[in-house]
Amino acid sequence: MTAALARSWRGWLFPVAVLAAAELWFAFNPILSDTLAPPSKIARDGLAMLFDGSLLKATGQTLVSAAAGLLIGMVAGTAAGFAIGLIRTAERTAAWVVELLRPIPSVALIPLALLTFGYGYRMEYSVVSWATFWPFLILTHNALRQIDVRLIEVSRLMGFGPLKRIWKIMLPAAAPRLFTALRLSVGLALVVAVTVEIAANPQGLGLGLMRSQEELQPGRMLAYLIWLGVLGWAINYFLLLFEIRLFAHRTPHGGSTAP
Amino acid sequence: MIRSRTLDIVLGVAGILILLGLWHLVTSYELISRVFLPGPAATFRSLERGIVEGALLPQTWATIERMLQGWLLASVVAIAIGSLIGVSSTARAYLQPTLEFLRPLPASAIIPVAIAVVGLSWKMVLFVVVFGSVWPTLLATVHGFAHVEPRLVEVSRLLQMSRLAFIFKIGLPNAVPDILAGMRLSLTVALILAVVGELLTGELGLGTAVLHASRQYRADDLYAGIILLGVIGLVSNYGLALADKRILAWKG
Repeated sequence: MTAALARSWRGWLFPVAVLAAAELWFAFNPILSDTLAPPSKIARDGLAMLFDGSLLKATGQTLVSAAAGLLIGMVAGTAAGFAIGLIRTAERTAAWVVELLRPIPSVALIPLALLTFGYGYRMEYSVVSWATFWPFLILTHNALRQIDVRLIEVSRLMGFGPLKRIWKIMLPAAAPRLFTALRLSVGLALVVAVTVEIAANPQGLGLGLMRSQEELQPGRMLAYLIWLGVLGWAINYFLLLFEIRLFAHRTPHGGSTAP
Repeated sequence: MIRSRTLDIVLGVAGILILLGLWHLVTSYELISRVFLPGPAATFRSLERGIVEGALLPQTWATIERMLQGWLLASVVAIAIGSLIGVSSTARAYLQPTLEFLRPLPASAIIPVAIAVVGLSWKMVLFVVVFGSVWPTLLATVHGFAHVEPRLVEVSRLLQMSRLAFIFKIGLPNAVPDILAGMRLSLTVALILAVVGELLTGELGLGTAVLHASRQYRADDLYAGIILLGVIGLVSNYGLALADKRILAWKG
């Protein structure tokens, strides 16, 4: 208990020191006020955006795009992962195609999405779904390969049909790894959504960041940045907690399946 | 029975042919308008024009150069700082929570800050590429140092090694697999950020080429650019995987 407290105390010292140093520096050198802002100003601007609703609106737009893209990527990626994980011929036929398509950087698709859908939610979640499709495909495929062969044999002995085998044996056995895929992809979806907004799509937190910079509002810009950090960290933290809760009793290597 | 390896190759090629066939069918029946999806023939003609006649070569080199410069710079910085943090458990206790907080932050979110401080130029793009691709290697280096075999740490104490000697003789060699894994991830990030930077600044590069093609409804050039970016990703990934194998060969 005290050890944990000491650890967390030491972890807080560095960021607090940085903030204090920044505050002091700005108190004596108020020149950079168009490009950067002292922490007190960031906090004031952040609270102002929170109360006038603009921060929540932008967050909502980003999260909706990220979630929609994630959902499409998850369904398509998991389905494709099951197909190549269960059928050996499909696995071999898809192998090179996957190797060729996967390295295409998701941001390269931004101009294509722009051409196809114009500005708005669709162009954003289409890019997110491309980016999240691959981790789901790969991790589902891996999860299925790592299922204990004895489980499959048991299901054969019990005379399960293929559908029942997938539903009753494979899906539950692969579930912890599938959840890990989900947790990793949630972070990725948020990153890609914000990147699309910064590069092209005029909505959400990415737009907020870019617009604050253009309007010479460094306080707001940095408040957006810190909010984005808190958001990403919090989502990952709670999914990790949830994952440990859900699967701690059956992962063979203890609670954490984090890589 | 055909040998398994041969079957892999036959089916792998078949998969690619099926993909191209589907692509051709979809476009020849115009299931998707050609404005958005040109046929494979038109795309490869555009790709050929770009490479053979050289229209896309300067852009391709510019993007590769930007990616590699930023990545190399980031790797040096990341390994240096990562070693210094990783070698001391006190530094880790103070700094690791901050690093963990910064890790999930989208690297592209630093772009507006970089524009504000550096201006909208190639320097900004390089800064963003370096900043974004520092993290995977930095965290991997710290992780590698934190997981050095305890007996080796004891040995270094017995030999009364200095911190610096420990970093070069024990820490770094032990962290090499982690560092290489981090550097692979960093290279992917570097390519992504180079392209985002080009989309925003209009600096010479494939990102800019692709954006212009999209603005002018030249879908075949757009797809040619995307394919080239995919090839850069593929080749750099394979190159590093090969390098990994050679460097880590001693580990067995």
